[in-house]
Amino acid sequence: MKVRSLVISGNGTNCEKETAWALKCAGSDMIVTSTIWEMLQGKYSFDDYNFIVFPGGFLDGDHLGSARAQAHRLKYGTPQQRGPFIDQISAMINSGGIILGICNGFQLLVKMGILPDNNLRQNVSLTHNLSGKFEARWVSCVADPDSPCVFTKGIEQIDLPVRHGEGRLIFDTEETGTRLFTNHLVPLKYVDKKNNPTEKYPENPNGSFRGAASLCDETGRIFGLMPHPEAFTHYTNHPSWTRMSLPEEGMGVSIFRNGIDWLRNHL
Amino acid sequence: MPIRIETGLKPDRVDPLATKWLNRLDSSFQNRINNMRVFKTYIIDGDVPEEILHIFCESALADPVTSRYSINKHLVSDFDFVIEVDFKPGVTDNEGRTASEALKILFSSETDTPGVYSGTQFRISGDLKDFEIRSLASDFFANTLIQRIRVASYEEFLNSDSLNANPPVVNLNHEPAIIPINLTVSDQELSELSRKNVWALTVDELKIIENYYSKEDVQEVRKSLGLSSKPVDIELECFAQTWSEHCKHKIFNAQITYTEDGHEEVIDSIFKSCIKKATENVRAAAGENDICLSVFKDNAGVIRFNDEYGIVFKVETHNSPSALDPYGGSLTGIVGVNRDPFGTGMGSELLFNTNVFCLADPFGKDEIPLGLLHPMRILEGVREGVEDGGNQSGIPTINGSVVFDNRYLGKPLVYCGTGGIIPLKHMDRDGFEKYPESGHLIVMCGGRVGMDGIHGATFSSEELHEESPSSAVQIGDPITQKRMFDFLIKARDLNLYSGITDNGAGGLSSSVGEMAQFTGGARLDLAMVPLKYEGLDPWEILVSESQERMTLSVCPTKIEEFLNLSRSMSVESTVIGEFNSSGYFEILFNKRTVALMDMDFLHNGLPQMKLKAKWSSPEIFRGDFSDVPQASEMLHRLLSRLNIASKEYWVRQYDHEVKGTSVIKPLMGAENDGPSDSAVIRPFHHSMEAICVSHGICPRYSDVDAYHMTMNAFDEAVRNAIATGGDPETFAALDNFCWPDPLEGAENSEFKLASLVRSAKALLEICEAYQIPLISGKDSMKNDARVDGTVISVPPTLLISLTGILSAQNAVSMDFKNPGDLIYVAGSTRNEMGHSEYALELGIEDTAIPVVKTKEFMKIYKIIHLAMRKQFINSCHDMSDGGFGVSLAEMAIGGRTGCEINLSSFPVDVSIDPNTMLFSESAGRFILTVPQKKKLEFESLFDNSDPIALVGEVKKENRVIVKSSHETIIDETVESLFQSWHKPLEL
Repeated sequence: MKVRSLVISGNGTNCEKETAWALKCAGSDMIVTSTIWEMLQGKYSFDDYNFIVFPGGFLDGDHLGSARAQAHRLKYGTPQQRGPFIDQISAMINSGGIILGICNGFQLLVKMGILPDNNLRQNVSLTHNLSGKFEARWVSCVADPDSPCVFTKGIEQIDLPVRHGEGRLIFDTEETGTRLFTNHLVPLKYVDKKNNPTEKYPENPNGSFRGAASLCDETGRIFGLMPHPEAFTHYTNHPSWTRMSLPEEGMGVSIFRNGIDWLRNHL
Repeated sequence: MPIRIETGLKPDRVDPLATKWLNRLDSSFQNRINNMRVFKTYIIDGDVPEEILHIFCESALADPVTSRYSINKHLVSDFDFVIEVDFKPGVTDNEGRTASEALKILFSSETDTPGVYSGTQFRISGDLKDFEIRSLASDFFANTLIQRIRVASYEEFLNSDSLNANPPVVNLNHEPAIIPINLTVSDQELSELSRKNVWALTVDELKIIENYYSKEDVQEVRKSLGLSSKPVDIELECFAQTWSEHCKHKIFNAQITYTEDGHEEVIDSIFKSCIKKATENVRAAAGENDICLSVFKDNAGVIRFNDEYGIVFKVETHNSPSALDPYGGSLTGIVGVNRDPFGTGMGSELLFNTNVFCLADPFGKDEIPLGLLHPMRILEGVREGVEDGGNQSGIPTINGSVVFDNRYLGKPLVYCGTGGIIPLKHMDRDGFEKYPESGHLIVMCGGRVGMDGIHGATFSSEELHEESPSSAVQIGDPITQKRMFDFLIKARDLNLYSGITDNGAGGLSSSVGEMAQFTGGARLDLAMVPLKYEGLDPWEILVSESQERMTLSVCPTKIEEFLNLSRSMSVESTVIGEFNSSGYFEILFNKRTVALMDMDFLHNGLPQMKLKAKWSSPEIFRGDFSDVPQASEMLHRLLSRLNIASKEYWVRQYDHEVKGTSVIKPLMGAENDGPSDSAVIRPFHHSMEAICVSHGICPRYSDVDAYHMTMNAFDEAVRNAIATGGDPETFAALDNFCWPDPLEGAENSEFKLASLVRSAKALLEICEAYQIPLISGKDSMKNDARVDGTVISVPPTLLISLTGILSAQNAVSMDFKNPGDLIYVAGSTRNEMGHSEYALELGIEDTAIPVVKTKEFMKIYKIIHLAMRKQFINSCHDMSDGGFGVSLAEMAIGGRTGCEINLSSFPVDVSIDPNTMLFSESAGRFILTVPQKKKLEFESLFDNSDPIALVGEVKKENRVIVKSSHETIIDETVESLFQSWHKPLEL
């Protein structure tokens, strides 16, 4: 089975190039980058692919709240000659595809109600960092080994950069939060120097509850994270590369490779 | 009936944005404000069916997890008073535009969707008096130049049955007209005409135009076309733009009689005889190794990167708008300069942004003159403008700095730069050239035209005064621009256009006027230009600087495909005329010719300005540094000075690694907070070929001699690039001058003009000596503000920006690496304490500023670069502000590890005291660390006479220890140095 990846760009998305590069490093057989405008014209359809990536950026300039206008567009916008986007995406998920949302793409999945429960009802949100500021810094995350997330398998700890103003994960009710943690649907957490999940700034750049940096759905096939794995594809991306010896390939690629390996084994 | 919507956080949600606003307030206010919440308002200008309205609010406006909303009634919450802020009619409202688009999705495509206008509500509880609330509103929460304010108490607000639901719709109610203007009037009337119309044309210039129009052949042509015998407003506005200092660089092209210590010399244009000449000479000497591809002729300079690509780089300033509205000014500055490399050649893909701010002390206690904004407000505003502009555009901000000097109180300097990468070949032609042909269509692409930004070019060619027009203020829209760039790169690669340029200063008058020079003429119908709203006069359409627009030439056979692609990517493109070879810039309105300008007269009709400059060499005055505090104390004090203290506050809020290209980030080291000398990026993910980007700026030295200021700024840019591994054979530089008014009538104008001449001469000298070409530049010559009858002028300020090429694996960061590494000082330290941070901290007057010795320095730079290629060097940091002491502390902070230094072997020409070694700012110097096992190989690269010496060792213990003979003069923990350095600008 070929891995066919679709990277959605346009309208303020700005990490599509390095995301496509990371997919290439990870061995995707086919990579198509399409603007949301081409999707609206029906040039491409989500269900023709088995790996969809929503990369980082500033969809609609974060006006009305990060990714909100684009979530609205994907819910109510009607592509020409094709079924509604929501139906395309459901069909893609139902046929065993995987979805990765990075930063702004994670915000988009949350605001469409695809993460965490994939029922098109938004029950969590990514909102303003407690500092009120945009933060560009590298963070350390640990992976939950018991998470069903297919993208974090085999990863213990990973350094990645965050670059966001709205990354604090909050829940509609306490129960939602508790359930997500209990069911191991928070695959990556910001940690302190002792690798313990932390709410302390700056190791946790936004004040997320118990260090939550990401979410996945119950199948583990839909994954969203605030840090940028596509920004660590080469050792010179790492902020300490002049201080230590690192493998040539950056660890961020492993997130993409895990997804691709899972597809190869399950399709 | 307009519909009004309010959205706000649910009561149990925290409000970090409110906290951020409050943190910026004075403590006197902070103590009396108990609580604040930031709400949003949206006014919809028209009817929306109930069902659609609710979907719109729930899906697009209010986050169901965090927020609630109300329609046509207030959201209830506790507060004492509310300040409501929204935009004045016609001001760019990005959030409103996004909301309009979201609403449109819910309507069928045929229906007209009403516009949506956004606003912000500050709901405040606290003990404040009425006048205090009003001053908070106008001085802190809003800028009354561009925003409307409404203040109400809790009771007034709840009881107001007439909710503020007036959408800020522009209603000009004006029939467009074209007015002939009589220039055959007295000098006084001419001067009044120029002032009233913000033409910034002198009486002499107007007379040249008058004289031209009175010519018989000109009159004949005009008569044959049915044009008025007098020039019309469109034409005069076009002359005003094209001939403005901003566009024409009259001072740089002037004939200057320059007298230096009694010796007189006539200089025919410092641009031609110094700046351009520097590049010509460097290129000639380089021969086959010439890296320049397109210099001084396009929107940005282009140099060779490798066999397939070129680097495009441009730096601009946006000072005058930033003085009026810091946020909008700097935002427009950064998204504006993006269009320069984008509009160079056949278009480039953007790689990086840079920014340098020159600001007054934000903590200063002096009263701020009426009419000027508080420096803290300017600082926050320009910072945030670049944050939003750069981050939202998805272009990493990789290099920059902030310079503090209270003479930037009147006009802050906001330098914004953008670099791109351009294919050397576009189809089978050079990608860095343009190919418009007679018969190709003029296409305007991107945003629409409104009143915003009218007279930006002419206004910036004047000093700031009380009546400076607010229409010169604009707010950029990075998302509209990003959509346009996404489209145009596709159009470029499909070969759908033949030329591209940006709409910046002067709007269409400049972009079409300049591109028409390729074919020798153009016909432009202003009635075809899409407008934001009706009622603009034709001249306004011509000169409006409304943002996010590019002008293209498109072959008629490609136009359909071009317009289809544009439409399909949600970008508006419109044919507005065609290029021809008529020799005229012909303006139509509704297909009727309404203005006609001879291309030759428009571009070459302005005679050269004649100016005088006079220079008397200053006597060197040495200060008395005998009675000074001890070195440890001084080191802490210097680390806390605003020009030296950590700028992490800025860096963290700018996305510096989007695109995944970063190699040397602005901050590096053990805790990621050591200040890098320059940025290094890899433009292509598959390759180790890298670009370094650095800058140099030191306006402090201008007070003594702008010649040395220039030499030092240039050398600093070179040192910074060398320090991270840049190859000196590949360097290219940009010059951006920001000067106080050097024209007759301004205070001390002959001196200021002489400073300019000396600066240009220094550039010629150092470029030739270092073999570095200048590839692009800009000058801004009116950086003065007149308030309450006094003039505040900036010091002559030159920013040098520089790029170089290297292989990423050879890049070096500045942080100390391993205990045991040997610490070397390269470059000689001299008694050059004049205007140093040390002297300024102590308030000691001294004019012995650093002298750049190009030959001696470049020899060392080349050896250091060789050592880096051989990977002998673990860390390298240049010495500039604060000298050796500060650089040493920064390296220790970067590595979070200590060092021990002995000054006895310090490289010097003549003997100097330890304080001078520590704090003199002599140019041409570095601190390097070398692993012990590379000691011999490293040292063997140098001659015995070279100024290089082993001065100490990196230590495991976290203390910075400096010994002078047997006495310990500094012994401080790295942590304490970090605190002194980091605290001052933690805002």
